[in-house]
Amino acid sequence: MLLISCPNCGSRDETEFHYGGQAHVPYPEDPAALDDRQWAEFLFYRDNTKGAFAERWLHSTGCRQWFNLLRDTVTYEIQAVYPMGAARPDRAAAAPESGTASTAPDSTTTGTAAPDISGTSTAPATSAGTTAPEGASK
Amino acid sequence: MADTAALNGINGLRHIRRSPASHLAAALEAGSIEGTVVLREGPFRTMVGLRVDPRSEEGARVVAVAGGLPLRCGDVGGADGVRVLWLGPSEFLVVASEDVHDSLGGTLIDSLTAALGGAPGQVVDLSANRTTFELSGTRARAVLEKGCSLDLHPRSFPPGTALSTEVGNIPVVLEKTGKESFRIFPRASFADFLGRWLLDAMREYASPEVP
Repeated sequence: MLLISCPNCGSRDETEFHYGGQAHVPYPEDPAALDDRQWAEFLFYRDNTKGAFAERWLHSTGCRQWFNLLRDTVTYEIQAVYPMGAARPDRAAAAPESGTASTAPDSTTTGTAAPDISGTSTAPATSAGTTAPEGASK
Repeated sequence: MADTAALNGINGLRHIRRSPASHLAAALEAGSIEGTVVLREGPFRTMVGLRVDPRSEEGARVVAVAGGLPLRCGDVGGADGVRVLWLGPSEFLVVASEDVHDSLGGTLIDSLTAALGGAPGQVVDLSANRTTFELSGTRARAVLEKGCSLDLHPRSFPPGTALSTEVGNIPVVLEKTGKESFRIFPRASFADFLGRWLLDAMREYASPEVP
């Protein structure tokens, strides 16, 4: 069982959430211009990453809000929780303002129940064996 | 159930309204252990689903009617017998006594609708959506802990807070009303299952404690 830190509600059991698939899959700017193959790839083709994977989650029995999660698909370690629409924290690490995405004030969060693990979002290591942040333990 | 004879309305059909767990009333009474853990179904309540951004202008108008909107998960707002439970950053459940319902002469829903006006949001009468279980007694927390993964210890779940979660795998809003009393709001169709689940969870406390 994963303990997932909802940005609004704090740590809750995985069973309260619904998985929303890969995050950051943009809707095509001009869907009508796509051929069948491109459209099928948009609809059905997703990454199958080994390691850090950005995915969407819905806190369906809690606040019913969507948010993004950066999770290691090998260790299940949750590396970051950040709002919908924010850039992926580990990809933004090259920028000087790295890691601020997970604490963006313009999100739907109320700002008081922000998970502790946001501070670890810039952790460079994505391989197995890193120290699990609080809230990522089974 | 509360004495409902005094309440007329809903086209004169008020007296045939049955609550979702009314068929369990005898079982709830038989399964309750006075002083240890007592379960009963609460009276009908007026419930309103409210969606409004609390920081907006229309939010301020709604606050004037409802008596305060909670801003954080767990908080309960409201005043004068109206309680506003936090369901999400812009979603709330307004709970009040039955007699403030518009069909019985009250004005709660109308005034909330008027306060929202044409602004983005919604006011929906959900009075028949959920029923209420009232669980109290020294073992009430122990009963809930069998099917709820939240930390129900008073240090993190003090009286006067409400959380939306699962009890016995049923999505409910769980409100702590007193030191040892809880109010559980399951949807009507889950009332039978949850009532029986709670009775089963309470059963061990009817027997003397095994040393």
